[in-house]
Amino acid sequence: VNAETSHSARQVVAGREQSPHTSMFLRMLWRAAVLRRGRAASALLAMVVAAAVATAMLTLYADVQAKLEREFRNYGANIVLVSRDGASLPSDALSRVESVLAGRGVLAPFALVVARTSDGQPIVVAGTDFNRVRQLDRWWSVSNWPSAPQLALVGVRAFPVVSAKGQGFDLSFQGRTIHLVSAGIVQTGAAEDSRVFLSLPDFASWTGVQPSSIEVAATGSPQEITAILQQLEQAIPAAEGRPVRQIMEGEARVLGKTRATLLAATALIILTAALCVLSTLMGWVFDRRRDFAIMKALGASGRLLNSFFAVEAAALGATGAVIGFVLGIGIAAWIGRVNFHASVVPRFSVLPFVLAGSILVTLLSAILPISMLRRVQPAVILRGE
Amino acid sequence: MFLRLVYESFRRQKRRKLLAGAAITLGVTVATAMIAVATDIGDKINRELRTIGANILITPEEDTLDVEIGGVDLKPPSDGAFLNEADLPKIKGTFWHNNITGFAPMLPVKVALDRDSGSENLTLLGTYFARKISFGKEELVTGVRSTHPWWKVSGAWPDDGSRDILLGERLAARLSAKPGDEVALSGKKLRVSGILSTGGVEDDQIVGPIALAQEVLGKPGAVRRVYVSALTKPEDAFARRDPKSMSGAIYDRWYCSPYPQSIAFQLQEAIPHSHAEQIRQVAQNEGAVLTRIEGLIFLVTLAALFASALAVSAAMATAIFERRAEVGLMKALGAGKIAIASVFFAEATLLALIGGVVGFAAGGVLARQIGRSVFNSQIAIAPVLLPVIMAIAIAVTFAGSAAAIRKAVRLDPVFALRGEL
Repeated sequence: VNAETSHSARQVVAGREQSPHTSMFLRMLWRAAVLRRGRAASALLAMVVAAAVATAMLTLYADVQAKLEREFRNYGANIVLVSRDGASLPSDALSRVESVLAGRGVLAPFALVVARTSDGQPIVVAGTDFNRVRQLDRWWSVSNWPSAPQLALVGVRAFPVVSAKGQGFDLSFQGRTIHLVSAGIVQTGAAEDSRVFLSLPDFASWTGVQPSSIEVAATGSPQEITAILQQLEQAIPAAEGRPVRQIMEGEARVLGKTRATLLAATALIILTAALCVLSTLMGWVFDRRRDFAIMKALGASGRLLNSFFAVEAAALGATGAVIGFVLGIGIAAWIGRVNFHASVVPRFSVLPFVLAGSILVTLLSAILPISMLRRVQPAVILRGE
Repeated sequence: MFLRLVYESFRRQKRRKLLAGAAITLGVTVATAMIAVATDIGDKINRELRTIGANILITPEEDTLDVEIGGVDLKPPSDGAFLNEADLPKIKGTFWHNNITGFAPMLPVKVALDRDSGSENLTLLGTYFARKISFGKEELVTGVRSTHPWWKVSGAWPDDGSRDILLGERLAARLSAKPGDEVALSGKKLRVSGILSTGGVEDDQIVGPIALAQEVLGKPGAVRRVYVSALTKPEDAFARRDPKSMSGAIYDRWYCSPYPQSIAFQLQEAIPHSHAEQIRQVAQNEGAVLTRIEGLIFLVTLAALFASALAVSAAMATAIFERRAEVGLMKALGAGKIAIASVFFAEATLLALIGGVVGFAAGGVLARQIGRSVFNSQIAIAPVLLPVIMAIAIAVTFAGSAAAIRKAVRLDPVFALRGEL
């Protein structure tokens, strides 16, 4: 038995001699983590949680603008195109606007005339594309959208005026009369309540009037919307683009304030998370002052000791950051689903920041106790004083 | 002896106590500030959303249909019904008067602009700019300057008591008029105090004090419609119910909730012969935006509370872990587990109390700073929050210490004293 042990011991020694010099360094790192599993795990856990929270907050901060811009598009048009001379827009205006937008928003054309009811009352009649209006003006409360020709959508205040007796009513414009049936009632609390809406083909064949304005809800940042506005005016020289200022200004203000609040919260949370890592890690390193003292007593140089603890800290920081990043993306996606009913896209541009921040915090929390210990004689530490 | 142990521990281990105390203080600071911001954010964003414009419109009950295209009214000006200007201060007498941030009456009338080349028909919009309204003890300065904040004037806003007017931007360009000029409107010489830019139909109109429009129309006190800006609660299924079909208690609950519907209902009650309705474009969408932002900040606050709880427990665990040798000594001298644990818990409580109070104060300052720099207004902290925050601080400190204390009292004193483990 004795011979076998010495034989295997010799083998181990031989094996170690052949392995490269760095293996001792790696072994020390590895054993340090394995032997004190509990403390290493708690330090890693603190790092993972901090990185996860930081990732989630940074991802949300980067994404909140896009998410809120989408909410604000429910306010409807932020650009109105009107013809410069008050006449109709060119007949291909709609398709030109669509090609400029290229999916970056929704639009609806409107044509307006003043017609008369059968008892001679003036009433504003609008021709539009119901499918587009439905997407653009989501706040319209409509009992039933018209889906066939000769069906009209009647404003809640216009309804008793046009069809007091039944469903069908006549409207006349410049001597031409159209018979319409009310398909549904629209209520908005604004001008739409006293109007009658027809589909564009019905409207054009009755009045011969083409759309005079196109309402556009363009998506994007204020700069992108301004750019779209300029492109629209270039594409249709006969039209003037007017930004709907209250919507754009209100959106910019609310977005700015929300982002600023979120930024403050993000800073506070990251600070707290960093503090958590700092106190856990400092405790862990301070706890190993005996290892430190033994290494020093065995003749390790200050540089070697520093690099040992630094590499250890960096490894911990990097591992924690990567695991935390994955977790943080999950948290951000969950918040996106719960609050915005839309997915928050993972942003890999956040990863370098989280990684660098984590390594920085771990290095800081390793170096502080080491620089304190370095001034102490190893003998004093080993005696436990 | 117990008290001395605790006292000496604080006196001799200043560095450790300071570290743990700092962690608790910072944790409580962050928690307090975030809770204060989260409870106030709804109100703050609601006020910001008011920049989108009024959310309730009051019109005469027996009004004829609006025949208006592009801001030009095509029906006879004296047609239809009017509201009485004298009734308007009653808006501030309703139950939800504190939620009403402003209102602006409007009276569009037709005027003839006399020029050398003949006269031109235009719309003169009479309104309040920044008029002082008083109802009982309530005072309010209101008008388009607060309800329509996107209206921009180059030059000066007219005084509500004056006969000065604003020219719409496009109209002024057409007339090549500038502030200080005089224009002749239906035989009256009026001074242009500024050029108005709104991005809407007002750019082609003339805007003046409401008394001027009433004079042109020949109906003193007449108001065509009133825009009201109110802070409202997002609409839900309950808000949409018909108040007429509700029974007593449910009706009271509906009436006393600041839904757009119930505020409109009360305005309609307050002003005789009126009809008030929410402007759905504004009212419906602000509810959605508000809910999203409030939800977001709520979730973020949860994350902040979680992070600060974790930081506090990590600091406490580290502080206790460092004192294994002390625990070993106490045990070797015959101290029981309960005696040791109670020393640590007493220390934790003391730390939590000090850190909690300091953190609460610091959190209040931080919340104020956030309020001032982000919203230009105060975020106040309810003093009620103090006991809640203190209870949370103590609970979190205990929870954070518990595992470490349990581990410490279980240690074999021999190993602990030798500094192993």
